[in-house]
Amino acid sequence: MDAIILQILNGLDKGSAYALIALGLTLIFGTLGVVNFAHGALFMLGSFCAVTLQRLLSLSFTVVDPTKKDFLGNPLKVDTPYVVDWFGDAAGNAIINWSVPLAILFAIPVMLFIGYAMERGLIKHFYKRPHADQILVTFGLAIVIQEIVKYFYGANPIPTPAPAAFKGSLDFGVMIGFAENTIIYPYWRLIYFVFSAVIVSAVFAFLRFTTFGMVVRAGMADRETVGLLGINIDKRFTIMFGMAAAVAGLAGVMYAPINSPNYHMGMDFLVLSFVVVVVGGMGSLPGAVLAGFLLGILESFASMNEVKSLIPGIDQIIIYLVAIIILLTRPRGLMGRKGVMEE
Amino acid sequence: MGILEVKDVNKRFGGLQALGNVNLSVAENSVHAIIGPNGAGKSTLLNCLIGKLEPDTGSVTFQGQSVLGRTPYEINQMGISRVFQTPEIFTDLTVMENMLIPCFAKRDGAFRMHAFETISNEKEVIERAEHMLEEVNMTEKLHMVAGSMSRGDKRRLEMAMCLVQAPKLLLLDEPTAGMARADTNNTIDLLKEIHEKHDITIAIIEHDMHVVFSLAERITVLAQGTPLVEDTPENIKGHPKVKEAYLGEAA
Amino acid sequence: MLGLSKKDTTFLLIVMFLTLATPILLQPFPEGSGLAQFNAGYPDLMQRFAIYGIFAIGFNILFGLTGYLSFGHAAFLGVGSYSVVWMYKLLSYNVLPGLILAVIMSALFALLIGYVSLRRSGIYFSILTLAMAQMSFNLAYSVLTPLTNGETGLQVYGDDPQVLMGEGGPTSPHFFGIVMNEATKVDFAGWQFTFSNGYYFCAIIAIIVFYISLRIFRSPFGLMLRAIKTNQTRMSYTGLNTRPYTLAAFVISGMYAGLAGGLLAAMDPLAGAERMQWTASGEVVLMTILGGAGTLMGPVLGAGFIKYFENIFSKINDNVLHGWFAVLPDGLEDTIVFLMHPFIGKGWHLTLGLLFMLVVIFLPGGLIEGGQRLRNWIKRDKEPKGPSKDTEHHPKPKPHVA
Repeated sequence: MDAIILQILNGLDKGSAYALIALGLTLIFGTLGVVNFAHGALFMLGSFCAVTLQRLLSLSFTVVDPTKKDFLGNPLKVDTPYVVDWFGDAAGNAIINWSVPLAILFAIPVMLFIGYAMERGLIKHFYKRPHADQILVTFGLAIVIQEIVKYFYGANPIPTPAPAAFKGSLDFGVMIGFAENTIIYPYWRLIYFVFSAVIVSAVFAFLRFTTFGMVVRAGMADRETVGLLGINIDKRFTIMFGMAAAVAGLAGVMYAPINSPNYHMGMDFLVLSFVVVVVGGMGSLPGAVLAGFLLGILESFASMNEVKSLIPGIDQIIIYLVAIIILLTRPRGLMGRKGVMEE
Repeated sequence: MGILEVKDVNKRFGGLQALGNVNLSVAENSVHAIIGPNGAGKSTLLNCLIGKLEPDTGSVTFQGQSVLGRTPYEINQMGISRVFQTPEIFTDLTVMENMLIPCFAKRDGAFRMHAFETISNEKEVIERAEHMLEEVNMTEKLHMVAGSMSRGDKRRLEMAMCLVQAPKLLLLDEPTAGMARADTNNTIDLLKEIHEKHDITIAIIEHDMHVVFSLAERITVLAQGTPLVEDTPENIKGHPKVKEAYLGEAA
Repeated sequence: MLGLSKKDTTFLLIVMFLTLATPILLQPFPEGSGLAQFNAGYPDLMQRFAIYGIFAIGFNILFGLTGYLSFGHAAFLGVGSYSVVWMYKLLSYNVLPGLILAVIMSALFALLIGYVSLRRSGIYFSILTLAMAQMSFNLAYSVLTPLTNGETGLQVYGDDPQVLMGEGGPTSPHFFGIVMNEATKVDFAGWQFTFSNGYYFCAIIAIIVFYISLRIFRSPFGLMLRAIKTNQTRMSYTGLNTRPYTLAAFVISGMYAGLAGGLLAAMDPLAGAERMQWTASGEVVLMTILGGAGTLMGPVLGAGFIKYFENIFSKINDNVLHGWFAVLPDGLEDTIVFLMHPFIGKGWHLTLGLLFMLVVIFLPGGLIEGGQRLRNWIKRDKEPKGPSKDTEHHPKPKPHVA
């Protein structure tokens, strides 16, 4: 029993990431009708927002302190981050320590802008082009973004720690009546899950309760008719693309401490997120979220040693296998609507 | 016993009874029209005939064989060809290539790995295609890309593609919808000619009364999913029930 | 000849001539001249042209004709490579059994993947193939390590059985004694031409598979595939079952990919999982659209173009650039070198990605269409009043629809 709960918990953080990326993919696909192969790159850019902010905050100046000597007897060079210099020791170090959560504030405008620029500069011209062209051009864009990041940040993963306050783990088992240390869950993963849940709820609330969201939902159902109402749907869709980019970016920012950002993480997540979208049902937002968590948890179960010894390698392919089975039995996915993406 | 027999067909979509107890018999070598006001169930009926929809109850048989549960290509191989409301042709290919495809389908069946034959060596097939194009007066457009032709020409090509397979039954779904008067008349003439020249049964679903009365030998009037009357055009023209159905719609 | 029309026979003869004369044609600059770095007549590079040409020709049969955009063809490339190396390990360094196995294995693989993926079309198909290839890649890296040797890659070791290996037989890939990496160098008035066995082996296979693709293009089967791209509804109402046609096209293109992968291992007796990665799948897509999807020569041109520039770009470094722009004033020289730096050397992938976008945006028909447009443009320039006949008879091909 405790092992099952542990695996469900373990699946939640990856599931959250899948769900958030898949949500953005579905939003873009549902509203703009564009298949965005560069969406994984947006997730990756989010992670690198965290890296960048951490680096910016840690920018230091060097002072030679003649009173102290290092072990070779030379005057000691002391690096002092500017923020420490400006805000004093305690506040400055706290800011550096909290750079990942702070990066959320940094990433929102950055990602909104990137999304906006992408839509206006490139995607806009591909609405009327065949899906194959959309796939190809966004695929090219994904390579370009990835290579640019690689050029500036190198090919190695960059560890980006969470605030020290969240270093430990929560003994979840004790809280629900199990023995100590049977179900422990790192704080940061818990935060990631809560954070994702908040974002998902926020997106759903936004779509449900605002006029803007209503128009977007109507546009997802029937774009032409909404266009006939004289509503400028294109402008709203641009904003929608920016939002989807921001969601992917935020998912990336908060994921940085879990998985040290590297330039190819976008594509790794993209392929799986596509599978998630397909399993959830193309064009269905709840489907994307549900399938995201479901597949994350399934993957976590498949990587249990007991399961792996039974079927070796199952953890590597479980998601794909499920996707294949679902597509063969329910071609529209778990919650797919009729008429969406059917030729 | 007609070539196409529809017996007690019912089809519901949720709470809506789209077709209720439809019985229809299309006699061999006749031109049979199915008319009715909007929403009368014409398209649903047609979709049941060509395997796109499966009726809830009832049977549809073609030459004594059931067509239900068969895929469109199987139904075509049985000898039923279909002309669509908007011409469905291979827009990227030339007129000649468009014609060759049904010829090969007729000769080779639903699938054949004829990857090492060369089209230009298939003299018989080419002759057949050329012959058919002559019949519909399109010989001079042989090398045009089909998508660049006028709508009337596309319609002609589509019909030629159906006819070259020598089907026993030709189903037409509003073949003149959205056409100019001249094109409509051309299509009527073409259909008349086809019917005279070939041993073929034509079932036509149509809105345009002009087309129906110039072509049909028998007419079935459909209203609210059930056949109202079936009779010759002369008798349908003044039929009180038909007037009611159409006026009821107009009012 | 060979069941081809006169025009096609001439076309094939030209292709044959160009392929066989490649070692001469690609060495336009004499050895030792400053431009010699642009020569491409090295056995290694020419083999790559031929092998990726085969890969792209096969991919084009699927994508160019039917419009089904597969993002997983690299999986077959990997399967081909593994098959060949296994045959080296078990039998001997003769490439023939390996290549036969490569084609058979990739066909089986393609049948399996195609059967599942082809249940959907459009983007679903692209995503499914991408997922399948990624799954194969993961498997090759992890569970299938006994078969693939995981991260290290599969190679021949001294203690492998190699049961057919006679005493004194060649210890590197060969075709009945013709050793692949042997070459004849001919010096001619400052030029040096390398005629390598490996290249000619690949080239002859490339010519054969090009001929097969030409036959497919001209066959009723090829016509059916093009019809699938245009209108599947009409296809099925014409009495044709589209699925076996697409599956056949998928398997054929998978076999081409397997053959190409096998030849890669015939050049260099190694096989690694990275050959199956999505970047490799993306590369063949790019080659095909860059040259012109659906055209006969386009994919080969695209493959050559990309492999050539990959080679050139990887060789260039800042010093070379400084050498080129030395005539310019220092500041300008440094700026240009600085701006070009991200695109050269290891930055080739960035250039590739940009190229990808530019081609899709501006030249969806590829180089072949670009050439045609250029020709039309020049023609129109010469006779400004004459209406262009071409537009009526060959309207611009519609962008590929998946």
